[in-house]
Amino acid sequence: MKIHEYQAKEIFRARGVPVPDGFACLSLAQAEEAVGKIRGGVWVVKAQIHAGGRGKGGGVKVAKSAEEARQRAREIFGMRLITPQTGAEGREVKRLLIEEGADIADELYLAMLPDRARQMPVLMASAEGGMDIEEVAAKQPEKIHKLWLQPEALPTDAEAEELAAKIGVPEGSRAAAAELMQNLARVFHETDASLVEVNPLVVCGGGEVVALDAKMNFDDNALFRRPEIAALRDADEEDPAEAEAAQHDLSYISLGGDIGCMVNGAGLAMATMDIIKLCGGEPANFLDVGGGASKEKVSAAFQLMLANPGIRAVLINIFGGIMRCDVIAEGVVAAAKEMSITVPLVVRLEGTNVEEGKRILAESGMAIIAATTMQDAAEKAVKAARG
Amino acid sequence: MSVLIDKNTRVITQGMTGKTGRFHTVHCREYANGRECYVAGVTPGKGGGDFEGVPIFNTVAEAREATRANATVIYVPPPFAAKAIEEAVEAEMELAVCITEGIPVRDMMRVRAMMRGTKTTLLGPNCPGVITPDEIKIGIMPGYIHKKGGVGVVSRSGTLTYEAVHQLTALGLGQSTCVGIGGDPVNGLKHRDVLELFERDSETVAVVMVGEIGGSDEEEAAEWARENMSKPVVGFIAGVTAPPGKRMGHAGAIISGGSGAAADKIAALESCGIQTTKNPAEIGALLKSVL
Repeated sequence: MKIHEYQAKEIFRARGVPVPDGFACLSLAQAEEAVGKIRGGVWVVKAQIHAGGRGKGGGVKVAKSAEEARQRAREIFGMRLITPQTGAEGREVKRLLIEEGADIADELYLAMLPDRARQMPVLMASAEGGMDIEEVAAKQPEKIHKLWLQPEALPTDAEAEELAAKIGVPEGSRAAAAELMQNLARVFHETDASLVEVNPLVVCGGGEVVALDAKMNFDDNALFRRPEIAALRDADEEDPAEAEAAQHDLSYISLGGDIGCMVNGAGLAMATMDIIKLCGGEPANFLDVGGGASKEKVSAAFQLMLANPGIRAVLINIFGGIMRCDVIAEGVVAAAKEMSITVPLVVRLEGTNVEEGKRILAESGMAIIAATTMQDAAEKAVKAARG
Repeated sequence: MSVLIDKNTRVITQGMTGKTGRFHTVHCREYANGRECYVAGVTPGKGGGDFEGVPIFNTVAEAREATRANATVIYVPPPFAAKAIEEAVEAEMELAVCITEGIPVRDMMRVRAMMRGTKTTLLGPNCPGVITPDEIKIGIMPGYIHKKGGVGVVSRSGTLTYEAVHQLTALGLGQSTCVGIGGDPVNGLKHRDVLELFERDSETVAVVMVGEIGGSDEEEAAEWARENMSKPVVGFIAGVTAPPGKRMGHAGAIISGGSGAAADKIAALESCGIQTTKNPAEIGALLKSVL
């Protein structure tokens, strides 16, 4: 799960990671008020959307007067912000963060995340702040310094100060930087984060060390024990179909093609998308109905997939294990009774109770194109979508 | 021979009295030597009872002491599953197979840290389990699609593994052991470890490795295979069409920070001499072609 920058900064602030003074604004009236509350002569107006590259898209502006700050807020609030991560359609800005500008002496990079290979958390730091860190990692990996930590441990003073020195924090600011790193590790552990990223981390003219930006992602599997984090979810930032799927405990991702797919199991669902593409088609979605879905869940999944107006054909690929083919068939038939299906439906069933599943579909009277193998199914779905 | 398990393995089921545990205990006992292999169940507070004649104990240590079991399979719900693995490790079980999906990463990092230097091998979590055809099945895979033979199968996925196994069986190619390592980002045995087991196993003559987007397990396995593997390995990587930054069902199936893309994995496998197919319907045929 993702949250907004301003929400991440509230979590930072509560755990002693210094952030600029600032105010979240859910309306222009709140933005007007926030501008008046900022001390100092520099304002920063930041669009709050769940996508990176906001500055490049014109969603982050610095103002030198209150009047200019209000003007910027009016421009950004409600704009359709297009960044490299939003896609061409962009994202409507419904929330702003208005902050006091910082006196930046140096921009650095700091992040904490689980290292999958070593199976322990890692603090990653670099002197190359404000840059695309993936590019730095690809082109100059020696500029990224890593400190691995035992699960649930904080870096010691000495470890954190050494890391701070490696990324060029001046001596007078190293103790502050070390404390920030320790508190950032606490943030990571105490929220079950899957990523905490500060880009840039800045050293100010007066020597203070401040998290100028804040990005946090969370482990969905841990939300059950983090209700305060789960409450930060912003439904406006999520794909409506994906949010709807989550309500039914289904895994759904919109992809933009025209062949809807419904599959059991994540690996087989990806492989089904891949073979559609290989046969010259474009998958409209990833949809995993899971290992032990009920007839009702299958029915919900089927309706969700068909709600996409861009679909020209549907491919159902089931390898029955725990999930029995007859349960899938009953779910599809039940869903079909509640809605009119106007696109061709290709079904490939294999595995547990396959004959019973095929019989239920055959007797339903639905117009189904039966397929034998994955290859056969993909070819038929691509042909149907073109027809 | 086989890897990890055979007809002499003796299994404890942790979480046997829950809905999932009951369902799969029934099916695992029905498969091959299951009635001899499944010797105990563990559910805290229900010790002294039984499930279909299988005695239930309060702790893994008690169950092990009473039955001399050497393996355990875990169906405990996610909030308690990490503790269940730790209990199995503390009871010095040789093999722990964790089926549970949805364990927090933080819990698994803690489990993996406490496992260092212990006697236990962990398979999973979020995996279908492991099966040695005609001998024993530990997990949730449909037993009947398997056939005894010489192909080792290792995979991060459940149903995609069934698909691959089904293709092999249809071509008359039986399997030595099929190992599901699971779809989580922090887990026990990795592709590399299982390749090593297959290399040492006298019955295994070739290996199918099924991977997917996310992490770098497949690349590490390929590097290892180039230097150490004498048996042919073929591969399939799922998720060529998966967009970056999106979690594709499995917690570990995500392209992040510019790494974990399918195309990079396929290139890494090919460069290490592992033939791959981009067509999931041709996994069995590809394996047959290298025999």
